[in-house]
Amino acid sequence: MNNVVEKRNAGEESAVGRFVENLKAAPHRFTETMFRSGRPHSDRTRSTFVFGNVFLHLHSVRTHRWSLRWSATWGLGIAAFSCFFVLVATGVLLMFYYKPYPDVAYLSIKDIHFVVPTGRFIRNIHRWSGNMMVVIVLLHMARVFYTAAYRPPREFNWVTGMGLLAVTLGLSFTGYLLPWDQLAYWAITIGANIAQSPREVTDALGMTQWFDVGGLQKLILLGSEEVGEEALIRFYLFHVMILPLALVALIAVHFWRIRKDGGLARPVDADTRLGPPSGEVYPVFTEAPQKTYSLAAIVKGRTAVVGRGPEQTIPSMPHLLFGEAAVFMLTIALSVILAIFLDAPLKEVANPAVPENPAKAPWYFLGLQELVSHSAFMGGIGIPMIVLIGLGLIPYLDRETEGTGIWFGGPGGRPLVVGSAIFGLAAVVAVEAFVIRFGWIRQWWPNTPQLVVTLVNPGTLLTFLYAVYSVWCLRKYDSTRAGALALFTCFVCGFVVLTVIGSYFRGPNWDFYWSPSQWPGH
Amino acid sequence: MTTDAKPTQTARSRLEPEAMPRRDFLGLAAWWSAAAALLFGFLGAMRLPKAAVLPSPSKKFKVTLPASVATGQPYVPAGRSVAIYKDGANVYAISTVCTHLGCIVKATDSGFDCPCHGSKFAKDGSVLKGPAPKGLPWVELKHLGGDIFLVDEGKAVAAGTTVIV
Repeated sequence: MNNVVEKRNAGEESAVGRFVENLKAAPHRFTETMFRSGRPHSDRTRSTFVFGNVFLHLHSVRTHRWSLRWSATWGLGIAAFSCFFVLVATGVLLMFYYKPYPDVAYLSIKDIHFVVPTGRFIRNIHRWSGNMMVVIVLLHMARVFYTAAYRPPREFNWVTGMGLLAVTLGLSFTGYLLPWDQLAYWAITIGANIAQSPREVTDALGMTQWFDVGGLQKLILLGSEEVGEEALIRFYLFHVMILPLALVALIAVHFWRIRKDGGLARPVDADTRLGPPSGEVYPVFTEAPQKTYSLAAIVKGRTAVVGRGPEQTIPSMPHLLFGEAAVFMLTIALSVILAIFLDAPLKEVANPAVPENPAKAPWYFLGLQELVSHSAFMGGIGIPMIVLIGLGLIPYLDRETEGTGIWFGGPGGRPLVVGSAIFGLAAVVAVEAFVIRFGWIRQWWPNTPQLVVTLVNPGTLLTFLYAVYSVWCLRKYDSTRAGALALFTCFVCGFVVLTVIGSYFRGPNWDFYWSPSQWPGH
Repeated sequence: MTTDAKPTQTARSRLEPEAMPRRDFLGLAAWWSAAAALLFGFLGAMRLPKAAVLPSPSKKFKVTLPASVATGQPYVPAGRSVAIYKDGANVYAISTVCTHLGCIVKATDSGFDCPCHGSKFAKDGSVLKGPAPKGLPWVELKHLGGDIFLVDEGKAVAAGTTVIV
């Protein structure tokens, strides 16, 4: 016995001593073990740090200087993603209190607003981020279009982006029902009936009884013939599960393709436009690169990079990381500022017997509502489908190479865009002013067949005018890009003007008023 | 030399094609049965969103028409979307659900106004203005005796159909 004790005492440390030492070192060791191959002290650990870095797994290690200029992207893609991040975080928090059942849903939103600590703030952030996401996604689409960044090899990523736009709007729409207030109830009633509006055509053709695609769409959307508990649980499921998962999957493809398609689009002569890199750019490949990058025996020939060193690129970490972090923080800051000053609306509880007057959809659908006020089918399904298909086809119809990566690049350029904007604004204002002043076919000839009213309405007339104008530009400049520039600019003008009319100039019974102060009291 | 090399197997006639190797056949059969199983499973699952019995509220209801209802004045039973009119001995009911996008129209002295997209209907439900694709349907009304009527909102009848009290 004595021997053992002596032996331990003679040792440098006792078990208790080692335990205490280990305890002291634990925080430091814990930090060390967070890095799989130790802290980046040597060249070897530095390179393993790069290989194991998630940020550098998603981004290339070096980024072209062109892509890092603010005017190349305005950070809109990352801003949209930041909004989604904020929406997921705040949405999960809201799910703690929200109950998807009629009436109870309304009360739970009231609880979140008035009773739950920070509930109102979180709901406001969720609401503002959702609105911002719609705006930013639209701006991002405009940026990609006007810099002609949809050109090969990026065509498919433009289509993925269309999918992201559709899912973003779907998320906004499904989220709109959840508070179960008057605004929500009537917006969803209108939305569900838009899904049913193919009946307008099948009725006119007298074939609804055996081919009722509209009725089926509404039934599947609502799970019932009216907006009720089934509709609410369906919209909830879409809002918190199905659409977010679809969005995440599409985002993954979108980001992956950006990387695989060679980063952001830039002009062929980007290097000369940028001039020599500044001194702070860490040089690589200082001698003429002799390397061929072909993959062992799989890829034949030489890749495009050969013969050009990446001297116009700078390390993604930290330059790109800082840029993205800045956009992320700005986006969050904006949504927080809006959330502090402006509350998300909550009207009285849904009343299926009395609609709001006027019953307005969320602002980004008011352009659409202006169109459906002329024809439910053409405004709600026909024209949006034409627009979505037209937008999706852009990269396949315009395969020119001039002007890629440059704002308003391509034949015609900025003057063409200005001209198209003037035409686009003039056309939509003229058509709307005419309709508001003189009415339309139904008032002139009440017995016109419905099919004529559906097909010949202000919305289709506007679409036709825009199409004719862009074909004219296409021929004038002998360029598909010019046609695309004209059409897209007209589309943007039409969207903006219709949205403004729907938001500010439509009052009770969807009549025209110069200002809400002129609305009749009731 | 390769040019002199003769094919080891003589080419078969087009009418006598080479039998498919057993492994290829089994492989393809596996792929196709998996695809068929997925397809049928998917088609079966597609029936899920439409329940056999829909949870829509009943559209039939009994109503007592107040004696105070004047000729040409609409009577809208609480919580229902139908306007009942008395015109002398004739009683009839017109749906107040807009045929455009399902808003509830407001019965006025001149007819019906829709608050959502500005459709206007005449007293008999026919479209006067706006995007509504067809007139407001007249719905089935049965006289149960006295002032009591049975209304079926879900059953449209020809415009002009009245019940004589």
